[in-house]
Amino acid sequence: MQISIETYTLPNGLRVVLSEDHATPIVAVNLWYHVGSANEREGRTGFAHLFEHMLFQGSAQVATNEHFELIQRAGGTLNGSTWLDRTNYYEILPSHQLEIALWLEADRMARLLPAMTQEKLDTQRDVVKNERRWSVDNQPYGTWWERLPALCFPPDHPFHHSLIGSMEDLTEASLEDVAAFFRTYYTPDNAVLTIAGDFDSIEARQLVERHFGEIPRGTGRPALPDMSLPPTFGGRRREVVEDAVVAPRLFLAFRIPPAGDDAWYAVYLLSAVLGSGEACRLETTLVRDQAIATSANAYTYDLTKGSDLLVIDVTARPGVDPSALEAAVEGEVDRMITEGVGEAECRRALALLETAWVAELQSAGSRADALSKFATYHDDPTLLNAELARYAAVSAEEVTVAARRYLVAENRATLLYVPQVPQVVEVAA
Amino acid sequence: MSASLAGVPPRPHPGTPRPYHFPAVHRHTLPNGVTVAVVPMPRLPIVTAMVYVDAGANADPVGEEGLALLTASSLTEGIVGCEGTQLVERFEQLGTVASVWADWEGSYARLTVLKEKVAPALELLAEVLRAPTFPVREVERLRDQRLAGLTQQLAEPRGLADERFDAFLYAPTMRYARPVRGMQETVPRLTREGVAAFHARHYGPSTTMLVLVGDLTPETGAQLATTAFGGWSHAAVRGPAVHDMAAASERRIVLVDKPDAPQSELRVGHVGVPRLHPDYLAIVVMNGLLGGFFSSRINLNLREKHAFTYGASSSFEWRRAAGPFTVGTAVKTEVTGRALEEILKEIDAMRAAPPSASELALAADYLAGVFPLRFESTAAVAGTVAMAESLGVPEDFYSTYRERVRALTVDEVYAAARTHLHPDRLLVLAVGDTTAVAPMLDGMGIGPVTRVAAEFDPTEGR
Repeated sequence: MQISIETYTLPNGLRVVLSEDHATPIVAVNLWYHVGSANEREGRTGFAHLFEHMLFQGSAQVATNEHFELIQRAGGTLNGSTWLDRTNYYEILPSHQLEIALWLEADRMARLLPAMTQEKLDTQRDVVKNERRWSVDNQPYGTWWERLPALCFPPDHPFHHSLIGSMEDLTEASLEDVAAFFRTYYTPDNAVLTIAGDFDSIEARQLVERHFGEIPRGTGRPALPDMSLPPTFGGRRREVVEDAVVAPRLFLAFRIPPAGDDAWYAVYLLSAVLGSGEACRLETTLVRDQAIATSANAYTYDLTKGSDLLVIDVTARPGVDPSALEAAVEGEVDRMITEGVGEAECRRALALLETAWVAELQSAGSRADALSKFATYHDDPTLLNAELARYAAVSAEEVTVAARRYLVAENRATLLYVPQVPQVVEVAA
Repeated sequence: MSASLAGVPPRPHPGTPRPYHFPAVHRHTLPNGVTVAVVPMPRLPIVTAMVYVDAGANADPVGEEGLALLTASSLTEGIVGCEGTQLVERFEQLGTVASVWADWEGSYARLTVLKEKVAPALELLAEVLRAPTFPVREVERLRDQRLAGLTQQLAEPRGLADERFDAFLYAPTMRYARPVRGMQETVPRLTREGVAAFHARHYGPSTTMLVLVGDLTPETGAQLATTAFGGWSHAAVRGPAVHDMAAASERRIVLVDKPDAPQSELRVGHVGVPRLHPDYLAIVVMNGLLGGFFSSRINLNLREKHAFTYGASSSFEWRRAAGPFTVGTAVKTEVTGRALEEILKEIDAMRAAPPSASELALAADYLAGVFPLRFESTAAVAGTVAMAESLGVPEDFYSTYRERVRALTVDEVYAAARTHLHPDRLLVLAVGDTTAVAPMLDGMGIGPVTRVAAEFDPTEGR
């Protein structure tokens, strides 16, 4: 299955991707800025994400909260998200409303700073602190998504520190930081603009030129440091966390080649054989046969810079001994190495992937986001159409080789959550 | 701040809307009574097959709450000659996962598959619905997993707040007072025999609807349906009538203790209205203004004005009988009282004065505009057709939705607020650090305050 893809670059460096499809009168506008938490300076953890919030606080021609209101009045949905190395913004709306989305995105790319105030920054800082409480501090196992990268990447590595940020660093963020970050990273030459869905390509090119053509090129973003790492951890890593939970949960992570590398596709299938769908190995043995776990998954982080991570994520039944959980999971990993991987389980994983792939591309928003991703990370959105074939080309032998290379004992990082020991309260007689 | 800047393109105007039509639904009934709906969406080579059975949690026997869901979850655990992983593997080798679940109204099985594999996938799906073997080992494993989930829930404040809100909202004898998945008291009572009996009683051609959506014609869909479900013969009964009596008609506060929690999970609301109420659309739009989307009053107040929270919203949950109306948010512990005050103010304001025409247009244009966005995928269309059937929503509802939403007047929306919001009956429930929160709420004059432990369920031993 192929989707239509046109791509070109404006003189100011903005890469534009167009994917026309007139099945439904819907259009998606999707912008990726090549900046994320990896680009934060020391003492400013969480800033890239806080900055994302500030982009919804208005720009020269747009009042506070008006960005949301205008898109919702137009009958559209919108949002943004921040990741380790990119930040995206999107609007999905009835196709005759395309221009309002482009106008809003261009106004904030060109003219954000006149609208920035201390009051807005203080409000969004508090909103983000509440986001942290909600998603990390007041959730069982909620700290895993900052502890796991911290365990797997060295302290000076850009992926090591927390994406949501510490309360202290969020408190320190200033308007000067906002201005500097904007000037450095929110420039047309550090962005990809994708339009997908029901539009006319000639008309869309004119609109893009009209709204984005005059925005000046940036002065160049500072390069990230060399992010390459040795192919494995080179030793076992382990962290045990006592948390307010009722059941142990184990994250077992492995360093793997960066997403998009030829070697990565076999590792991806390895993760799917282990932990995707319900007939996968982890579910079959840990949830069904041994009945010690309530859920068992495996996935890749899909990092394209330096190296990626494969993660096994298993939650035990309450009352299961944490060391029994660990032994059972590691036993499955060891078996993958000793027995290798069969044809049938690879076919199963690939069949599931193929259906999910087609189902996902039904939505204009998903197509736009996938195209922005390939343009940002690999400078070639047409790779999207070639992607499925790369998974299909992997043989069971290659998956076995990947298992023996990357699942080895010296490439395992254990993050184990265990229930807090209940406090014994002395009652006065 | 709409002054235009020199040399900068001014705010654009929308172009001409292009027509949108909800996909045509071709319905017929098989001779054995199975209802079939085929919805061609030929854009991509996939098909979603979804089965709805009129056997939801509403049909759970008293004391065996959770049975409908356990029955649905156990469907894919065995057919004659093929059990457990082997059966799941057969679906997955076809590139599909059969999802099975239940809600209040029904039990469901759904899969999405590449077009060329739809026939074998559908036959397998029909087999698990018609003749599941319910292996005792697998049923008990799923039951024990559910119990584990209920235990884990005690440490997870969001889900705990949702479940306890319903438990305190409805009279303890109401099915709605207990979660679809059951509770610590009832799940251990569920057995393989109970599951098989529930299936035998409620699953049959006359209680079943098959929805096929995707790259197929009405004729192909009809043939597939006949091949897979035409030979099924079994008498089944529909679930009982549902009731929705509230536990109390006065304001009251319940504090569920989670010591040292940095946030309070707040739920504020009352029993709402049934889905088929004639005011349905006016209520949807009214709730939109109040807390139904980002630019609504409650979210702008609690998040963008006061920064009490990451987000706040309101909703009416639509069921056959009256589901809850709930305002939900998570706020920093120290501001729990002030946040509650703002929520109460917004509910009162909705009833104190009609919305402006511009505000009404915002909600109506949003709801009408995003309507097509909800139906891009075959799975979403299948889910909507099945939901309409389960709730008795008229067939023309989706084809007339957008014009009817836009036709609503300020008076109709205001009347919906006056009639269907009841500030005098609110239940306020907070999961959080009650030692810190109780003093803030005590003096607010809202109503009596009850403090309970996380484990306390008011419907236990009812």
